[in-house]
Order: sequence, then C-alpha cells, then structure tokens
Amino acid sequence: MKKEDKILSIILIAGLFVFIAVADKFFNLYVQRVLNLCAIYTILALSMNLINGFTGLFSLGHAGFMAIGAYMVGIFTVPVEIRPMVYFMKPMHPAIADIEMPFIVALILGGLLSAFIAFLIGAPVLRLRDDYLAIATLGFSEIIRIVITNAQSITNGSLGIKNIPPVANIWWIYITMIISIAFIVLLINSSYGRAFKAIREDEIAAEAMGINLFKHKMMSFMIGAFFAGIGGGLYAALLGTVDPKNFLFVLTYNFLLIIVLGGMGSVSGTIISAYVVTAGQEWLRFLDEPLSIGGIAIPLFRPGFRMVIFSLLLMIIVLFYRDGLMGTREINWEMIKNFGKRFKLRRVKSGEVQ
Amino acid sequence: MTTNSNPLLETQEVTIKFGGLTAVNNLSIEVNKGEIVALIGPNGAGKTTAFNIITGVYAPTKGKVIYDGKDITGLKPDQITRMGVARTFQNIRLFKKLSVWENIMIACHLRLQSNFAGAALRFPKYRAEEKRMREKVHRLIEEFGLSRYQDDQASSLPYGVQRRLEIARALATEPKLLLLDEPAAGMNPKETEELTHFIREIKDKYDLTVLLIEHHMDLVMEISQRIYVLDFGETIAKGTAEEVQNDPKVIEAYLGVEEGA
Ligand SMILES: Nc1ncnc2c1ncn2[C@@H]1O[C@H](COP(=O)(O)OP(=O)(O)OP(=O)(O)O)[C@@H](O)[C@H]1O
Ligand SMILES: [Mg+2]
Repeated sequence: MKKEDKILSIILIAGLFVFIAVADKFFNLYVQRVLNLCAIYTILALSMNLINGFTGLFSLGHAGFMAIGAYMVGIFTVPVEIRPMVYFMKPMHPAIADIEMPFIVALILGGLLSAFIAFLIGAPVLRLRDDYLAIATLGFSEIIRIVITNAQSITNGSLGIKNIPPVANIWWIYITMIISIAFIVLLINSSYGRAFKAIREDEIAAEAMGINLFKHKMMSFMIGAFFAGIGGGLYAALLGTVDPKNFLFVLTYNFLLIIVLGGMGSVSGTIISAYVVTAGQEWLRFLDEPLSIGGIAIPLFRPGFRMVIFSLLLMIIVLFYRDGLMGTREINWEMIKNFGKRFKLRRVKSGEVQ
Repeated sequence: MTTNSNPLLETQEVTIKFGGLTAVNNLSIEVNKGEIVALIGPNGAGKTTAFNIITGVYAPTKGKVIYDGKDITGLKPDQITRMGVARTFQNIRLFKKLSVWENIMIACHLRLQSNFAGAALRFPKYRAEEKRMREKVHRLIEEFGLSRYQDDQASSLPYGVQRRLEIARALATEPKLLLLDEPAAGMNPKETEELTHFIREIKDKYDLTVLLIEHHMDLVMEISQRIYVLDFGETIAKGTAEEVQNDPKVIEAYLGVEEGA
C-alpha cells in the first residue's frame, strides 16, 4: 500500500469513528439497531464470502455457525442470579450453572467453538468433491438447531434464552466489524489468500503448484466459521435474546443473497451489499403486512412476501448479472481518485472551473 | 540401460487401467540428472497419463515411481511438487481470471514458512518472505518477457504467451525436474524454434532436468538426448533420436495412425 493510501485509510477509519460517536449520541434506537444489524451481517456475509467466493467452496452452514456463537454468549453471559428465572421450565445443568463469563471471553470462545465444529465437519468432507460440503453443511445447520431445541438444560430449548445482557452497543459492533474486515482483507491479500483464489480458479492447477488443497480449504472454512461465530455472539448481545428460530436456513440464504448481489470474491461489494440488503429488508417489512388500498386487500401482501421478492431478486441476479455488483473487483483508493479526477476534468471542460 | 545407477526419475513397470482400458502398460523410463528426455507417440498413446502418474494425479494400478531415490508412488500432487517436480499442462491450466503476476506468485506459496496468522498480521518474517517472493517473481517476469503483461488477466494473453507463462509459473515452484506436456502445441515453426532455444536456456540456467511430450518432431529431435516412444500404452521403442527415427515399429505406429485417419 502506498503511503498516501495509508493516510487516506486512516482518515476513513477516523471518519467512521466520528460517525459512530454521532450515531451513538444522536440517532434514535431504531436507526442504531438497523446500523448494528448491517454491521453484523457484514461480518457474517464477508466470512461466508471468504469460504464461498474466495476459496470457491460451497458451504451452506453459516446460520449454524452463527447459532454456536450466539448460544455461547447467551448461555455464559446471563448473570448466574437470574438464570433460575430464565431457565424456569428446566433448570440449567449443574455443570455450567455457575459459570459466567465476560462478554468478550464468551464471544471469542464462541468463534473458536464454531471453528472447531467446522473442523469436525470439514475433516471427512473437504477431501471429497465440493457438492458434499454443501450437503454436509446444510445438514449441520439443521442438526444444530435440533440439538439446541432439545438440549434444554443447556440452551433452554425452544423457549430460547432471554435477559442476555445487551452489551453489544454500536461501539462494540463496529470495532469488531472493523477488526474482522481488516483481518479478512489482509488475509486475502496475503500469500494464503492467493492460494485460496488459486483453488477457486482451478484445483488441479493449484495442486500442481504445490498447494495442499485439503489444508487450505480447511483453513478458509475454519476462519470463515470463526467469524460467523463472532457475528452470532454480537447478534445475541445486540438482541438480548436468542432462540432456535433465529437460525433457520433462510438466514444462510440471506447471506448468500448478499454475497451474490455484492460479488462473489469482492470485499467492498459484500460490504455495500450487506448494508443495502439488510437495511432494505428492514424497510421492506411492509411487504409482509397485509395491505389494502381503498378497502381492497392486495392479496400478495402477507408474511413471507418479502422473502419471495428477495428470492426473485436472487434469481434475476444469477440469470442476468452473474458477477453481481462488483464481481471479483474491489473499490480502492486508486479508483476513487480517478473518479474524482474525471469529475474535475469534466467540470474544467464545461468551463466551471478555470 | 545407462551406466548411471542413480537416475533422477525412474518409473518401474508402471501400469494404469481405466476400467477395461490399459492406458499405460509396464512403462519403465529413466531420466538422468541434467538430461532432456522426450516421450512421443500417436494420439491416445498414454503420454499425458504417464505424466499424471508421475505427478501424482493418478496412482498407478501397478508399478513404482522413484524420484531422487525416493518412492513417490501414491503421493499427492502437491507433495510431489514440493519435492521438486513441476509441470505444465497440455490444455494450459492457468488461473484464468487472475493476473500474470498473481499466477506466478501463487506458485511461490509452497515454499512459504509463515502460517496464516503471521501472514494476515504481516509479521516481520512474513514481510521478508513476501518481499523475496516478489523479487523472484519480478525476475521471472523479466526473464520470460512478460513485463508488459504483468497486470493482465491470464486468459487475455496471446496463446504463445500463455504457454510461456505456464513455464514461468512451473519454475517458480523451484523444481529440479520439469515436465512439459506439448509445450509447442499450436505454435508455428518460428515460435517452435524459439521455444527450443528457450527450453535449453532455462535448463542450463536453472540446472533442470527435463522430460517432455511433443508432437513437433524437429523440436524433439533437436533437443532431446533420449526418446521413449509409446503406442497404445506400450513402450515400442527407446533410444537416441536416430535410433528411434529408423525403428520400423515407430514408423509403423505413426504411419498406422495416418492410414487410419
Ligand atoms: N481419467 C481417465 N479415464 C478414462 N480413460 C482415460 C483417462 N485419462 C486418459 N484416458 C484414456 O487413456 C488413453 C491415453 O490418454 P492420454 O491422454 O494419456 O494420451 P496422450 O498420449 O497424451 O494423447 P495426446 O497426444 O492426444 O495428448 C486414451 O485412450 C484416453 O482416453
Ligand atoms: Mg496428451
């Protein structure tokens, strides 16, 4: 990176901090919540893009990895005193009933456990053809929900865990997002990232270049799962409650939509798309509400219609805009500077600036 | 067959069957250090399959592959490449959407010592390694005349340049043995001539041993010390260029194909 670009990046991050401070002080809770969700979905979508877009694997387990992180925070950060109230149907298992952790510890452990589970899934499956990973991860994300629903003395079953201390404020979430993006970008632009891309492009050639396919696929899969766990932990501490229905497969589908829309293999595309899709889904909530115009009920507007719209959107992108917004390109300072120059030039031509 | 008791590469009665088809049968070749050896034969003779066995893409049904005194039969392609065997592909397998520079950088990855955390967090050790890789790639790009294409997508290059890039990429893995699968395919006589010199040049410069598959007979005859001729998976002849050229079995194999065609 050039020195000038480094300075610009620092200014950008500083600007972001100012924005967070302003948002924290002046924005209403609803807007803050949407901004927070956008940031969490950015972490999740980006980590999924690492696996699917940059390494060319086909994993559909992100809702499951997210659930692991979310439950880790849910189970271990609820204060011991109020646990009897939360676990009112069936008391918490004595082995863990007295273990309480600070949020940051539970958050990181959640990420690590996700990565470990990813290892257990990947060890048999990543040696096989790629379609097996899709099937295995799909199965995993269903199984994890069933396990959570039934392990009542640990997870409180289908009642979910309430009263999770909502410590994940906008600072927590945005700082975690910045760290996650930075780590993933640095990784992608390192020799390992190049190896991931090589695997995506041509496995046979990558292997002939001395790249151990299994090891690198596993690495990408585990790192992706780690950040999914982190995203899940933030999610739990943002909402203050988790229950198994938060982690239906449709969530993974959502992330898939984000990365396809933004560009498989583009970090900046994923970030933009995560914000557009997440905020868009909030604003399009009215699609799920019954709607009547002049007393006539419009038949399509009912719960689920929003998802239909998004599915159609996904199909249209896949059919007509394969590359999404960015393809595998990135927005960088060079591009922005050129854009600025072009703009200036045009104004000079039209005589606005002398 | 040679007095040298310690060839760099040796296949011992290697056989591979795909279902009912014996693609390679009892192949025993030796390549000594510093030699250029050619593998020729009509289409479908099993030449590429032999390469795939040597480089670990296929495990042979029977027989052994010995490289540098070690039994490498059944090892995986990346392990074999790490031991110093690099290859190019008959149907060019570049990382199409990546740049020329990235294509060669990827081939340096196998010698990287830093782990992923050290790489992502840019520890000093990684920075030093990355710098060395960049220098190496820069040298290769200059040497292979790829400077003006450096940032171009690999698939956008002219065909001949793609072939050159594939060789550059193979060399970036730091091989002792280089396997070239029809490096002159699709080239005109002038380009073929240039390639012939080029192969000699890099062989000397990088202290390589070369095993190549080729249909351009002028290239084969000019460059290779020894030749093996395959037909329907069988080794029908071996020896120097003249010996092979005058071998009736070889003439028959080639003419046979032409008659059939
Ligand atoms: N994976 C495979 N499965 C089944 N048959 C195969 C496989 N690979 C190669 N073959 C068969 O083995 C035979 C030898 O093929 P190979 O590609 O080695 O020939 P070749 O000598 O390289 O020919 P060419 O000059 O056309 O490249 C062919 O009949 C081919 O169809
Ligand atoms: Mg061939």
